[in-house]
Amino acid sequence: MFNHTLAQVNEMKIAVASGKGGTGKTTIATNLACIVAKTGRKVQYLDCDVEEPNGHIFLKPNIEKKQAVTVDVPEVDLKKCTGCGKCSDICQYSAIVHLKENNVLTFEQLCHSCGGCLRVCPTDAIKPKPLNIGDIEFGKAGGIDFVQGKLHIGNVRTPSLIKEVKKYIEGDCLAILDVPPGTSCPVVEAAKGVDYVFLVTEPTPFGLNDLKLAVGLVREMNLPFAVIINRYGIGNEDVEEYCKAENIEIMLKLPDDRRIAEAYSSGRIILDVLSEYNEEFSELYEKIKSVKAGIGDKTRL
Amino acid sequence: MKIAITSTGKTLDSQVDPRFGRAACFIIIATDTMELSVIDNENVAAAGGAGVSSAKAVIDTGAQAVLTGNCGPNAELTLSAAGIKLYTGVKGTVAEAIELFKSGKLAEVAGPNVQSHFGTGK
Repeated sequence: MFNHTLAQVNEMKIAVASGKGGTGKTTIATNLACIVAKTGRKVQYLDCDVEEPNGHIFLKPNIEKKQAVTVDVPEVDLKKCTGCGKCSDICQYSAIVHLKENNVLTFEQLCHSCGGCLRVCPTDAIKPKPLNIGDIEFGKAGGIDFVQGKLHIGNVRTPSLIKEVKKYIEGDCLAILDVPPGTSCPVVEAAKGVDYVFLVTEPTPFGLNDLKLAVGLVREMNLPFAVIINRYGIGNEDVEEYCKAENIEIMLKLPDDRRIAEAYSSGRIILDVLSEYNEEFSELYEKIKSVKAGIGDKTRL
Repeated sequence: MKIAITSTGKTLDSQVDPRFGRAACFIIIATDTMELSVIDNENVAAAGGAGVSSAKAVIDTGAQAVLTGNCGPNAELTLSAAGIKLYTGVKGTVAEAIELFKSGKLAEVAGPNVQSHFGTGK
């Protein structure tokens, strides 16, 4: 019982998301990971923004391991094909097309790996073929366990790679997931199953517009969440008013500070350059602990 | 010879649809008898694979040539695998396109003339 809160926060998954791009997801996620590491607790940073992972620029991990991620796409043995066309009929994405006789085309980038064509083929002419869509890299950044997905250029299976990255979440620590921007499939995949979501926004009409979309998404997914306002002081008060009206907690207001922008633009962690912000991030971590204690008692929002 | 023309409407005076995969409809016409049939394109708002699905739909009509504005790589590959001749850059009305084709003034192309997702408006 003594370690109750500690044990709970050590088994928490937090997604740092946003509607709008460029609001500071990575800034929040990397600095939060650093402040937790400073307490000596185990923390994982997982970059799920696999189309453009950039957390590594700030955390500068020592990559120790890399592994390829593949998905199965169909490969047709035309000698066995009788031209029945069943594969073509079942495919909802036109990734396999029967033209005539035993002329069958496959489009790997359209395939969603459902395996339907393999199952309906009466002559076993279709075999799964691995298609390399990206890599997952593992390393250490000081006390932080670092994991990132990197989608290969020209590939479109973003959610598939994110799903693989999430398999490396270790259950015994605070896992911080850096989520892609927007509100589409990659975001849903990244946020699925987390304990809590931070929606990072900026106090501008653009920030508010996209925040509303993101709030709609997390509510639809039934995920508990709070808002973080970055570059606080610019724009207007509409984001705060919206949060108040919607009864959404604002967990952190990071001020619009030119020195933060300078640290960011030189690829540095804010806490390393501007020690006064240690307090802000420590407070954020404390709030996460209390949130976790609360979630345990209640059903999800 | 049966040919398929991407069309914004269902009559010969409709404009040629500049998009292949997401064309509003396909007008199939027998150039000797001028017998006409129209198929609505189910792939106008497809999430993906519109080019391939539309190519398959055209192939199933028995057309031997396609007249359109623009055609992407997946559709072009599918049409050429089925031995269908492709004519891109076609403008004006469907009737005008047919006349140009009949008079031999259209040049067949070997390859797509636009990238994937060209006609999705993104």
